[in-house]
Amino acid sequence: MHEFHIVVCMKVVPKAEEIRVDPESLLLDRENARSEINPPDMNAIEHALRIKDQCRARVSILSMGPPLFESILRVGLAMGADDFYLLSDRAFAGADTLATTYTLARGIDKIGDVDLVICGEESADGATGQVPAGIAEWLGWPQVTLATEFQLSDDYTVCTARREIPGGYEVHRVKLPAVFSVKTASNEPRFMDFDRKPWAMEEAGVIVWSRSDIEVEDDLIGLKGSPTIVSGLEQAETRARQQHMLEGDPESIAAQLAEILAPFHTRN
Amino acid sequence: MAVSLYGPEDARQTVCVYLEHNAGRLEDVSLGLISKALELTSGSDWRVCGLILGDDTRKPAQEALARGLGEVISIQHEIMTRFDVSAFTRACFEVILQEKPAVFILGATPDGRDLAGRLAVRLRTGLNADCTDLRLNLETGQLISEVSGFGGGVIALLESPAHRPQMSTVRPGVFEQQFVRPVKSGVIRQIDVSLSRSDLQSELLERSVGERLDLSKSQVLICGGRGMHGEFVQLNALAEQLGGEVGATRPPVDEGYIERERQIGQTGVVCRPKLAVTCGISGAFHFVVGIQEADTVVAINIDPQAEIFNYCDYGVVADAHQVIPALIEALARESHSSHA
Ligand SMILES: Cc1cc2nc3c(=O)[nH]c(=O)nc-3n(C[C@H](O)[C@H](O)[C@H](O)COP(=O)(O)OP(=O)(O)OC[C@H]3O[C@@H](n4cnc5c(N)ncnc54)[C@H](O)[C@@H]3O)c2cc1C
Ligand SMILES: Nc1ncnc2c1ncn2[C@@H]1O[C@H](COP(=O)(O)O)[C@@H](O)[C@H]1O
Repeated sequence: MHEFHIVVCMKVVPKAEEIRVDPESLLLDRENARSEINPPDMNAIEHALRIKDQCRARVSILSMGPPLFESILRVGLAMGADDFYLLSDRAFAGADTLATTYTLARGIDKIGDVDLVICGEESADGATGQVPAGIAEWLGWPQVTLATEFQLSDDYTVCTARREIPGGYEVHRVKLPAVFSVKTASNEPRFMDFDRKPWAMEEAGVIVWSRSDIEVEDDLIGLKGSPTIVSGLEQAETRARQQHMLEGDPESIAAQLAEILAPFHTRN
Repeated sequence: MAVSLYGPEDARQTVCVYLEHNAGRLEDVSLGLISKALELTSGSDWRVCGLILGDDTRKPAQEALARGLGEVISIQHEIMTRFDVSAFTRACFEVILQEKPAVFILGATPDGRDLAGRLAVRLRTGLNADCTDLRLNLETGQLISEVSGFGGGVIALLESPAHRPQMSTVRPGVFEQQFVRPVKSGVIRQIDVSLSRSDLQSELLERSVGERLDLSKSQVLICGGRGMHGEFVQLNALAEQLGGEVGATRPPVDEGYIERERQIGQTGVVCRPKLAVTCGISGAFHFVVGIQEADTVVAINIDPQAEIFNYCDYGVVADAHQVIPALIEALARESHSSHA
């Protein structure tokens, strides 16, 4: 029997608090923002590692992005992942959901014999959550999004997953291979393992694949493979507010506030 | 370039709206989409049609006509007792290739996102997810989708010039349902799609959906941020007193102090309450978009420089932990005296 193989899709995003916007040009200055692992992807790898803790499984990280991703995502190896595949090529740049999911799916094909793909809920820099479904479609596999718990059958061919939906939950059973996204904050990501750290940060070989290493059609990758374009940036309109500052001692402020709030009672 | 299965030259001047329903009623997000689609196309030759799937779609399809749609395409099949991404993608794909709408819009709900993500790939077309507004150029047929989330209140406008259908999912809560006159001659058109149990991708073992908390309907919102340091007891008491609900920014949600359904803003709920009170919230744009439509905003923050004071009607520079209990008392006194 082949080794149970989990691929975790992870990406790197600029730290949200540090992105500056030039008020004139409206251009985003991401250059000066420090980067971090997309926080929802930390929940994804934690779910994968918990499965690995329970059964013999191999966990691989898969990412599409510039070489800069490498040093940052090595943290995943230090947490417990076994391999790290980075799809990196200038031709991949500028990809929207269609091109990103195509490229990642071809990467998964190339890795081969994958049982489970686990993604984060969404990208903190784009927040769309469409990549997991797109990967599943390119591969023709089932998908369960917003998962919070995983349970594998004894023969590792079926996965039962609980997913969180507004107001409740669902439990789905799907045949493997399948693609999942996990609910943000559905677990507590572990810290780096101190013993693994020297290997993960320095020695471990990262497998970097360019366009010619995975079988992709040039028309479907990067900017060329992306139907959507950004046609403009605007400053969002904000509603004008009174901006009336209340003054006085705490007593008087509370009284003023009570007067403002009283008419809004919705009960009775 | 990647090409879609049909292009702008073959697309019809149609906006197709995916209709989600539950227990015989259309979801609010779908009602909002109907209103928006009618508004975008009003006074033009463009056609708006709804697309509804299920094992029994009669009631919600009728409701869509009552909401002003002239046409609803309905796919009824016994296996579609509930949403299944695989079967629904297949059925929608067939209808879209038949109808060739220029625009196909869905709600950015869990089901809507699952479906849109798969369909866009199958149709080889562009998908703009989680949009906060839509514009349509009636002459060129170009859909312009607005997305935020870049920080600093910058919104990006996205287009798919060469691909059809132009697909977008829209954040629940951003479009208001307008009252429109029902179309007398409205029709429900049944389309048969051959499906079998083997088209279902997963087996649903359990489903439990309780009363869904919907902050977007709340008239009074008491919002707490990181500055509350995880202390929501007083905010709950104030919300209770005013008959409102408690909401939060992302940090207290991420830190587990409050449920994620209560997160307000860009990646949370977009609300339109009569009153929003923000406590210990700095005023990041990601949050502010969630209360943009509030009639009145009151902000309490210890830092006089906090950005939130630019977005409020009444501002208080103070420690929220002290102001709130005092306010609760003052309100209690007031209602006491007014009842006396
Ligand atoms: C893609 C993306 C999507 C996001 N989506 C959302 C979203 O949907 N909703 C959301 O809220 N955030 C969202 N965020 C995060 C957002 O950018 C901000 O980080 C967040 O809103 C800040 O929350 P806050 O104001 O509670 O915390 P902070 O910015 O840390 O502010 C805390 C405030 O509390 C004040 N304070 C401290 N102590 C007290 C006291 N005792 N009394 C009164 N005031 C006090 C401080 O002066 C400070 O202003 C998103 C970020 C990204 C990148
Ligand atoms: N470039 C990428 N490389 C690897 N994984 C990605 C990439 N982009 C998105 N993902 C995965 O897809 C999830 C959802 O992303 P998105 O659809 O962009 O919000 C993320 O949490 C990641 O797990």
